[in-house]
Amino acid sequence: MRTLNKAALALIATTALTASALPAAAEDSIFVPLFTYRTGPFAGSGISIADGMHDYLSMLNERDGGIGGVKIAVEECETGYDTKKGLECYEAVKPKHPVMVNPWSTGITLSLIPKASVDKTPILSMAYGLSASAMGDIFPWVFNPPDTYWDGMSMILKYIAAQEGGGMEKLKGKKIGYIYLDAGFGKEPLPFLEQLQKDYGFETKLYPVAPAEMQNQAAQWLNVRRDRPDYMVMYGWGALQPTAIKEAVKINYPMEKFLSIWWPSEEDAKGAGEGATGFKTLNWHAATANFPVIADIQKHVADKGKSQAPKAEIGTVLYNRGVYNSMLIAEAIRTAQKITGKKVVDGEDVRRGLEGLNVDAARLKELGMDGFAGPIKLTCADHNGHRPTFIQRFDGTKYVKVSDWIEPLNDKVEPLLQADAKAYAEKNPSWPKRTEACDSKP
Amino acid sequence: MFYREVGQFKTSYAADQAIFPIRQDRIGLALILLVAFVAIPLLGGEFLIASVMIPFLILALAAIGLNILIGYTGLISLGTAAFMGVGAYACYKLSTLFPQVNILVWILTSGFIACAVGVVFGLPSLRIKGFYLAIATLAAQFFLQWCFGRVGWLYNYNPSGAIEVPGHSLFGVAVTGPSATPVTRYYVVLCIVVAMTWIASNLVHGRIGRNWMAVRDMDIAAQLMGIRLLPAKLLAFAVSSFYAGVAGALMVFIWLGAAEPEAFNINLSFLLLFMVIIGGLGSLLGSFFGAALIHILPIIVRAAPNALGLSVGSATVEHLTYVITGALIIFFLIVEPHGLARLWQIGKQKLRAWPFPY
Repeated sequence: MRTLNKAALALIATTALTASALPAAAEDSIFVPLFTYRTGPFAGSGISIADGMHDYLSMLNERDGGIGGVKIAVEECETGYDTKKGLECYEAVKPKHPVMVNPWSTGITLSLIPKASVDKTPILSMAYGLSASAMGDIFPWVFNPPDTYWDGMSMILKYIAAQEGGGMEKLKGKKIGYIYLDAGFGKEPLPFLEQLQKDYGFETKLYPVAPAEMQNQAAQWLNVRRDRPDYMVMYGWGALQPTAIKEAVKINYPMEKFLSIWWPSEEDAKGAGEGATGFKTLNWHAATANFPVIADIQKHVADKGKSQAPKAEIGTVLYNRGVYNSMLIAEAIRTAQKITGKKVVDGEDVRRGLEGLNVDAARLKELGMDGFAGPIKLTCADHNGHRPTFIQRFDGTKYVKVSDWIEPLNDKVEPLLQADAKAYAEKNPSWPKRTEACDSKP
Repeated sequence: MFYREVGQFKTSYAADQAIFPIRQDRIGLALILLVAFVAIPLLGGEFLIASVMIPFLILALAAIGLNILIGYTGLISLGTAAFMGVGAYACYKLSTLFPQVNILVWILTSGFIACAVGVVFGLPSLRIKGFYLAIATLAAQFFLQWCFGRVGWLYNYNPSGAIEVPGHSLFGVAVTGPSATPVTRYYVVLCIVVAMTWIASNLVHGRIGRNWMAVRDMDIAAQLMGIRLLPAKLLAFAVSSFYAGVAGALMVFIWLGAAEPEAFNINLSFLLLFMVIIGGLGSLLGSFFGAALIHILPIIVRAAPNALGLSVGSATVEHLTYVITGALIIFFLIVEPHGLARLWQIGKQKLRAWPFPY
């Protein structure tokens, strides 16, 4: 009985101690919540990304003691790719003053965009979310580098035209099939496709896949077999991608002509076996582990057992994407520290940091990411960068870069972005005018 | 000892027929309302109000709508989420076409539009019953959700295909959009839910409710007693869809702030069905119990490891939440197959005899 009492007392004492210690610790750290999904139908894609994001930030904590000497408090919140749970996560982390949120779901991003300016928390939706949020004048709190989905579509079409042996005019008379997740994300390129279809005279066939039907695409691919499109373009996520690749292999669709936006992983293609060789996706960063930054993650995080990632996952496409995402977070915080001169920055500072973000080749080298990705620079007006990407081809086990850097068709994307951003602001009569000052001189 | 009606005499028929004949119940209800209207907004944190109470009330409202259909009239429906979606999209269309009109008017009007759609899909209920009717309402679920994603006019041709809620204010206070504080939004939802629960209570305890229950218990007998089946069933569909529609409009405008068609998928329909079954068929109180069990319990389970100072991975917590919530649902159904509302009733009976049970 006595020991029991003692144990209880000790327990109370430690709880009281940790409780009193917590607020003190919170003051000299920077809180970065990570909205992740390791469960649900999108977990197949979400786990690698969650690991990559988490491990890079932990590595900074372990190796450098955080950013600028300030520890980063990383906390994961499980959203399951569900908008309702994402909002719950957002409300849960709000009292801890996050310096930015990474929703990792277009649905959650759309719900959070109006809140960002009110709660003074910038949103970093890396290459997803609302394309129009690239316009910094209208969306000062939302950032979606390095490319929008419209940029992605234009680069895929440019590559297809190059395969046909020339400029965009080569697309004339071609039939391009578009298989997509029938949600905000997959539907976004539709007006863009319509526009380009008119400009270049190609034909598009649409194959929407409802989110509930991701694992059952027999009907869509039956239509593909009937329509015989010259090229297939996929905008998918989660379970949609391995299913689509499997079905494509099943109907003997020429894999060299099956292209995707930047989301499929190695595992997605491997599931289809040998037949998936030749499948191509867009990408803007390396898909191997041969970089000093990954070696540091190995040494400081994975080898100490502080990573949830299995060894084989480190250095894969989506893991590296998570690393890239966290690099942007860390660089934005560092830039914010530089601009404000403060050590512990808040959401408003990090917003300025994101607008002043300039990761050039020299900086990438310092980060141990020489050749990992291209340089990126954001400005107050341009929250996206519209960076070039390349095509990578699946060789049966991994992705290999097969093209040069492809520039997006800015002259086609820009007007649409502007029109869309303006429409968004007009539909919301109370949409706030940008009052945030700009640090960098244009 | 404390909970018995000894000494409470009724001197009029109205008092005898009251919904809460025992004084302690009335005091209890007043206390709950006091907590809901005063204590929670005053003492509750933003998380409690925005992520626990607002969703709970909105889901409870939808569950009441479904309970009217399943619990009181015996018509199984799997289309509740679609009817919620009709309310949400109607409210979106109306409020963007006529932004100057008070948003509360549109929220209630969109209920009527959902009501009209509900009646159309309720027509087969005269000919088919039980599981067959469930399949017919499943058609509503798929068809309407398809419309939300495909008919561009419904979402104003937004490239994202989602509907985004513009800011609206009521008497100068923002009630929707990002600048609306959680407390304001909570009060709007609370007032609507309390008022509509009161109306539902009056409906089910009156002539209409008795008609519904007669149809539920045996529709041929009900017909022989002079109840016209078609109007009774269609009225149940209409009222149920009205509640779902208002709940859907509230869900998008007050809770989520933006929605994709996916928000109204079949999972939500099932979730509401579970709420009604676990809470108690044919009980308004049960709708609230069901919503609490399905929505609030996972939040508590998720918060538990942190509160206890354990560090558990977010994915593990999520898996545990599923396991624990699932186990508790099975536990409650085994302990009392008629739902939590019945459990509550039994508890009250026991309390009356306490401490000298006989």
